Amino acid sequence: MDFDLNSEQQQLADAIARWAEKDYGFEKRKLIIGSDTGVSASAWQAVAELGVLALPVPSEHDGFDGTAIDQMVVMQALGHALVIEPVFATALGVQFLKLAGGHGEILAGVASGEITLACALGERHSRHELTHIETTARQVDGHYVIDGSKSAVLHGAQAGYLIVSARSAGTNNDAKGISLFIIPADSAGISIRDARSNDGMRMAAIDFKQVKVAAESLLGVEGEGWALLEAATDHGVALLCAEALGVMEALTNTTLEYLKTRQQFGVPIGKFQVLQHRMAEMFIQLEQARSMAMLAAVSMSYEDASERRRVISAAKARIGEAMKYIGQQAVQLHGGMGVTNELPAAHYFKRLSTIELTLGDTDHHLARFIAQPGFAAVA
Amino acid sequence: MNLNYTPEELAFREEVRTWLQASLPADLQHKILNHKRLKREDFVHWHKIVAAKGWVAPNWPVEYGGTGWSKAQQHIWEEECARAGTPAIMPFGVNMVAPVIIAFGNEAQKRHYLPRILSCEDWWCQGYSEPGSGSDLASLKTRAERDGDHYIVNGQKTWTTLAQHADMMFCLVRTDPAARKQEGISFLLIDMKTPGITVRPIITLDEDHEVNEVFLDQVRVPVANLIGEENRGWTYAKYLLGHERTGIAAVGRSKRELQFLKRLALRMQKGGRPLLEDALFASKVASLEIDLMALEVTVLRVISQEAKRRAPGPEASMLKVKGTEIQQRLTELMVEAAGPLGLPFELSYLEGDEASTSVGDDDTAPLMPYYFNYRKTSIYGGSNEIQKNIITQMILGL
Repeated sequence: MDFDLNSEQQQLADAIARWAEKDYGFEKRKLIIGSDTGVSASAWQAVAELGVLALPVPSEHDGFDGTAIDQMVVMQALGHALVIEPVFATALGVQFLKLAGGHGEILAGVASGEITLACALGERHSRHELTHIETTARQVDGHYVIDGSKSAVLHGAQAGYLIVSARSAGTNNDAKGISLFIIPADSAGISIRDARSNDGMRMAAIDFKQVKVAAESLLGVEGEGWALLEAATDHGVALLCAEALGVMEALTNTTLEYLKTRQQFGVPIGKFQVLQHRMAEMFIQLEQARSMAMLAAVSMSYEDASERRRVISAAKARIGEAMKYIGQQAVQLHGGMGVTNELPAAHYFKRLSTIELTLGDTDHHLARFIAQPGFAAVA
Repeated sequence: MNLNYTPEELAFREEVRTWLQASLPADLQHKILNHKRLKREDFVHWHKIVAAKGWVAPNWPVEYGGTGWSKAQQHIWEEECARAGTPAIMPFGVNMVAPVIIAFGNEAQKRHYLPRILSCEDWWCQGYSEPGSGSDLASLKTRAERDGDHYIVNGQKTWTTLAQHADMMFCLVRTDPAARKQEGISFLLIDMKTPGITVRPIITLDEDHEVNEVFLDQVRVPVANLIGEENRGWTYAKYLLGHERTGIAAVGRSKRELQFLKRLALRMQKGGRPLLEDALFASKVASLEIDLMALEVTVLRVISQEAKRRAPGPEASMLKVKGTEIQQRLTELMVEAAGPLGLPFELSYLEGDEASTSVGDDDTAPLMPYYFNYRKTSIYGGSNEIQKNIITQMILGL
């Protein structure tokens, strides 16, 4: 048993931290948020050069074949720096392609930084149930035609390719009948409305009208996409848990620093026990979250899908609790400064609140944890 | 990062499990698994079985009777004991006074006391808290004054766990009232049969006799029973507090109790269905189970740090807070699951004389007393508030 990072992982984390400190500061980030695209081409090039984009890509497609632990390290570091570039959306897309097999050119394009991916999974009425798919895929003359709408697609407007879930059979919440596609974002019939999200990232509403898709764009087997979709999004949850850990670490640090410097009644406010115990509780929440983020990353190598689901949902639910506690308390401990948009604290809080609602909230994952056979199987 | 046990560790777990299956007396196991109360002879019986195997003091150096196990093996041993439902090896001798004797005692003390701790010839109790010194332990007032080759000890200790069974007490006493409060304390070993010692029961809210007041009136203690140097007792006490604290989280025990809770909630019904299938109740159990999963990994992280000789240090405070929160929550949910069937207080069943209870669901009878009793866990061993003070000062630097 060994919980330490290896030296390559540590070096990668340090390199990302150094880059972010130098070129991705709070003011720079603010400019990117306010820009037309909401992302930065130079930052994208920088993360590509750091190897972040090639990391999840298999080596036969010019990637580094990184493990889930390697990716955890990266996401944690990006969380620390509150990076708003489409790294997560792209890494999630890569996971779909890896699990499906094929599409090597796209993967190689991701590894080199030329291609950005986004995953269009959720819809207006789906909430956190990704089996709820009204978008349809019909087979017509050897190709597919996709119709429907996707909501809150993270970095959908910034992507070169979209991974799209569609229904080729069955009704709304059936796990059967789901098909997955990879589609160029500029295909005819796709219209994308870009919007900012509360945490400074971008989210798109995407309409598909009679979008003609080549048969080769199908990922996996027609109508059998659910297992792939679930496995890929579980991987996405593990990545988000790692990012959340980085965000919470940074937020806890900055709050601690504030308690040591902010003076009231002639002393640093960190001298007050009521605040000290709040801070101690934040520390405990952080460490419990760290344990679950590690477990989530490790669970990516489990053979048993139900055990993977159990751990992933446990992690997202537990980290959900930690994110809420740490986020809210950090704002409270910053007092009036906590509710201004001027301090990083508020931005960490907004990111945590967004992660909570991404790929299943705490209640969703608690219910999913309960639904796994392990819960009621008593020794 | 690798969260797997090695093949050697897995083989060790198998060995321990097999031995426990063969060696744990069924009557003791029944009492533990059903939250019944143990008598002195129950503890001693189990201690002697483990001692005969040579496994009673895994954390001691081998030369004194330790097992030479790694931190991971010690954790596996504790986890398997908890899983099987063994009585605890009373910590006051093996885990508390012995490490202090080993680190700071003289040769004569080591030769005399350590074998008697191993064999359970001496039952130890801890003379720390006083009526006026709880969380502020260093303010203790029990006086020890030198009189030739003896100390004359006067004062009062309280919350002394199982002192009614004890042969010996390790005791913090004030030897220099003029010094700063931490600097005038000494660490004395006191024979409980010495004239002038009176043990008076304190009955706790679960109507159990677990703790006591100990009155010391002109008690003569040989100077040979002083550990280390006079007025250095606080240092030794702190050493003890920092020693072997990962077990404090009691993850193994909580895992067993989670299984108990689930079994109970599968048997108890709500609206004609098992209570565990009720969405409200299931979500409470699930949240708790997940918190326990996280704590287990946190404990393993601390153990792995220890194994690399990075001291566990103040992280133990976090394990204490989280571990006891989980233990208390488990007892709370057990009471909730038992519902009205848990209301009768059946002492004759609790103490093991009666084979069954009036309600028919025998395992529900001890649950309310258990819940009441476990309120102690966030108070003893340094209250959880004190643990948070330690976290703030030692880790956060506030």
